[in-house]
Amino acid sequence: MTQTIQVSLWRGRARGRYQVYEVPLRENQTVLDVVTFVQRTLDPTLAYRFACRVGMCGSCAMTVNGHPRWTCRTHVANVIRHGRLKIGPLENLPVIKDLATDMRPFFEKWQQAKGAFVPSRTRDDPIARIAPGGEPRRAADAAIECINCGICYAACDTVRWNAGYLGPAALNRAWSLLNDERDAANPERLKAVAASGGCHSCHSHQSCQEHCPQALNPTASIAGLKRASTLAWLKGELKA
Amino acid sequence: MSVRLYVWQRVTAALMAPLVLMHVAVIFYAARKGMSAADILGRTRGSVLWASFYGAFVVAAAIHASIGIRNVLAEWSSMTERHAGLFVAIFGCCLLVLGLRAVAAVTLP
Repeated sequence: MTQTIQVSLWRGRARGRYQVYEVPLRENQTVLDVVTFVQRTLDPTLAYRFACRVGMCGSCAMTVNGHPRWTCRTHVANVIRHGRLKIGPLENLPVIKDLATDMRPFFEKWQQAKGAFVPSRTRDDPIARIAPGGEPRRAADAAIECINCGICYAACDTVRWNAGYLGPAALNRAWSLLNDERDAANPERLKAVAASGGCHSCHSHQSCQEHCPQALNPTASIAGLKRASTLAWLKGELKA
Repeated sequence: MSVRLYVWQRVTAALMAPLVLMHVAVIFYAARKGMSAADILGRTRGSVLWASFYGAFVVAAAIHASIGIRNVLAEWSSMTERHAGLFVAIFGCCLLVLGLRAVAAVTLP
């Protein structure tokens, strides 16, 4: 007899309910496999999002048994409790339908934090030489592997409490660019992250670091931004 | 919270840390020595040092607490940052007046 797991999936939008499905338990099964099984064999109306299935694109994040996780790299065996899985959409983001959230607020804040690279050279200039062992390069390296899955944003209490807070991912991105010696927008970036809702709103709860599937530490990046922007403010560099 | 409020809150915290330790030490000293209210007032009245010490304490505490309460209200209540700012401006003024009044009561000759 095939062993099964009870899977509760969120159905609806902001208002909705959890619906229970029976899914066969398999070896090396990921949470995304479970959701895909439900959508393909039990209920084709289920909405969810995924793309790469290998932990690169950051599109399949969901709340699994109360914690935000990337579902494609989360093995059922590691998160199942008493034979049950409860899977919902990411917290702190509007729900489009079922398990798919609207990521616009997340990326709008990424832009507010000046998360786009602004080149200081043209294509005709020689390529900038950045020493691999330099302090800024190492600081940027530590923060650069973010895949924008939104897990840190969903895990953050400050985002939950303060709708204007930029969030860990956007601030982590700002920190990696602040340490990019080729970037030309750092004065504006520092102003953006030093304003209300910026890095100084962070309470250092470290949920972002705890849940980041890439093992990044956005709290440390935000602490770096706090130091840099405080210093700039004291020097009078943040005036409009 | 903006960088301006962040710096003010950290600066006032840094100022209050030694003042709190000193204040606690003074309480222990007065209690162990069995000093009466008259003994204490005899030392504090007319003292510029004690007036400056507790005056600085009150000013730092009023600023620090107001910024903290503003954040709590903005995050945990339905108040906007602006309304929370207005509320704590009044709250901070009350703390300041009450505190300075108490300092004046024990230090003015």
